[in-house]
Amino acid sequence: MSDRPVSGGAAGPSGAAGPVLDTSAPPSQPARLVEAHRPELLLTEEHSLCPGCGEPLAVRVFLDAISELGLASQAIAVAGIGCYTMFSGTMDVDLVQALHGRAPSVATGVKRMLPDALVFTLQGDGDMVNEGLQEVLHTAARGERVTCILLNNGVFGETGGHMTATSVIGQRTKNTLDGRDAREHGYPILIGDLISRLEGAAYVARGSVHNAGGVARTKRMCRRAFETQAAGEGFSFVEVLTMCPTGWFVPTADGPDELQRTLAEVHVVGELKVDGRIRTTQELHAESLAKQREVEAQLAAGGLHE
Amino acid sequence: MTERVLMEGSEALVRASLLSGCRFFAGYPMTPFTEILEHFAELMPEHGGTCINAESELEAVGMAWGAAATGARAATGSTGQGLSLMQESLSEATLAEVPIVVFNMARSQGDYFQATRGGGHGDYRNLVLAPQDVREGIELVQLAFHLADKWRNPALVYGDYLLAHTQESVAVEPSALPELPAKDWAVDGSRTGSRRSGAVTPLGLGKLGQRDLGQEGKAQYIATKMPLLEREVRVETGFLDDAETVIVAFGSPARFVKHAIARLRAEGHRIGYVRPITLWPFPYDIVRTAAASARAVGSFEISSGQLVDDVRIGAAGLAPVTFIGGVSSDHSGFGVGRLLDVEEVSARILALHEGREQPVVPGYGEFTYQLAEHQEVAAP
Repeated sequence: MSDRPVSGGAAGPSGAAGPVLDTSAPPSQPARLVEAHRPELLLTEEHSLCPGCGEPLAVRVFLDAISELGLASQAIAVAGIGCYTMFSGTMDVDLVQALHGRAPSVATGVKRMLPDALVFTLQGDGDMVNEGLQEVLHTAARGERVTCILLNNGVFGETGGHMTATSVIGQRTKNTLDGRDAREHGYPILIGDLISRLEGAAYVARGSVHNAGGVARTKRMCRRAFETQAAGEGFSFVEVLTMCPTGWFVPTADGPDELQRTLAEVHVVGELKVDGRIRTTQELHAESLAKQREVEAQLAAGGLHE
Repeated sequence: MTERVLMEGSEALVRASLLSGCRFFAGYPMTPFTEILEHFAELMPEHGGTCINAESELEAVGMAWGAAATGARAATGSTGQGLSLMQESLSEATLAEVPIVVFNMARSQGDYFQATRGGGHGDYRNLVLAPQDVREGIELVQLAFHLADKWRNPALVYGDYLLAHTQESVAVEPSALPELPAKDWAVDGSRTGSRRSGAVTPLGLGKLGQRDLGQEGKAQYIATKMPLLEREVRVETGFLDDAETVIVAFGSPARFVKHAIARLRAEGHRIGYVRPITLWPFPYDIVRTAAASARAVGSFEISSGQLVDDVRIGAAGLAPVTFIGGVSSDHSGFGVGRLLDVEEVSARILALHEGREQPVVPGYGEFTYQLAEHQEVAAP
């Protein structure tokens, strides 16, 4: 799954830049991080976000991707406003703070003045899909050579759990107490699908950090997005589904399962646009269902073959 | 010595920007600002810069913010309506100390409050420069870029239809301005991963291990900086020595006022003028001194009365202050109306000087609001 070797034993290869997972335990148990790992571009592992939050994971993932590509000394972050904004002080990255929703335009100004820099935005779903929807769409349409990273947890975490444009149908929030009802509150926006249809968008992907496989895959997506920018191919976009047990009103440990059961069912993980080929979220959903049926069939027939 | 050529105001302001080293502009077309955008689009490429036709004013000011954060000289602009959309950024840019220059080619002088008080939130001030003509515009645009960088604060150039569209014989020459220190606060990505990375932020969130003001500290820091900017006040005065009546006016209308007063002076009327060149900071002290020896102070402005508030603050009760301007535009709402006429201006100044009622602007009587019976208010 990972883009770098994963150790099979407890004592992983030291000196490796990436995390080392202990996969010696049976599949019924979760993979375990056995080697302390702090991304080079993180000044501290301390953060003030809630236990179980997926955002620190997502931040580690894209920071590692930048380091692995050797692009650190030209990276500039443009941060939006949300819980993740606290990382502006602890990421060892030159940074421009944008107002709520405005990061893609600010990133545009930065990139035009510094065409060789690696410019990326860090935004949440409230920031990007609510407040700044037109900004990200126009920036993508312009084919601006920047990377927009969306941390999507389907809720306004910082204000205490309110509906965003990506909240899923049925989701209970502080202003959809009986759950999001399409007749009353409309439908969630699948932002990746909107962006992928724009000619200027060169790479569009949706990852998740609710399990180890998702973390590894999301890092590959970030790398691909940054490579797309570095190659001057156009706008690149990575959406990362993140847990928000506080804003979802579920126990901390239930975050990953809740994400899988709700957010990931609607905002399905996968690459939405690669090399000009578009796959819709619907198609990703169908592929995911087909795969699930295949596994079930194999299990019924007596066991899994690869 | 650069040759003088007949040049439209918009082009001259743009050429002065390029002369100042402006290398980024983003704007959204809107009359009477549009030609500024057109000239930037035409001239920026040959100066190695970027001009973006932004999708809205929100994007335009955001792009300029980003460009300025890299240390480049960057500008945006619109008319007052478009600047209304930018207000959130213009207020926060003061906190972020992003030195953008903003052009307002306004449809009247009714954006005075927007420019000097701001339509945005929180405690902030933008430096505001108001050229009276194209020649002065060339100087003040360069000064705007200089002051923006000097103080790391947005600076606004307040023009209008006349400034943007009048052709004048001008030479676009560099102003003699002092050198400024290098922008060590700007970010370019080179410090990423060095443990010395930087941040340009309105939030005061400093990098771990570096100075961290916090939101409270940042607000306090800016609050103590704003009074220092008040040192940048610039003003022109005329005939004040023995003036019984003092007229305050800015921008293009001030040219009409100055011409009218010169004529009235020639007829023996003791009238003088104060022309604020910076609208913020406002020349309160000059107005106070002028008011102290005057019988009457008038504010001539093309609005329903905004500048007059600052004139009253300046006059500090030392002389009565009367608003003698008015709303006036052409039928489009963008251009110059019948109030901006030397005869009209003279008549209003003379009426104040001689203690008479202000004349009705010809043709405007029919637009006067009529009070209905249910709107009568008893005297307190």
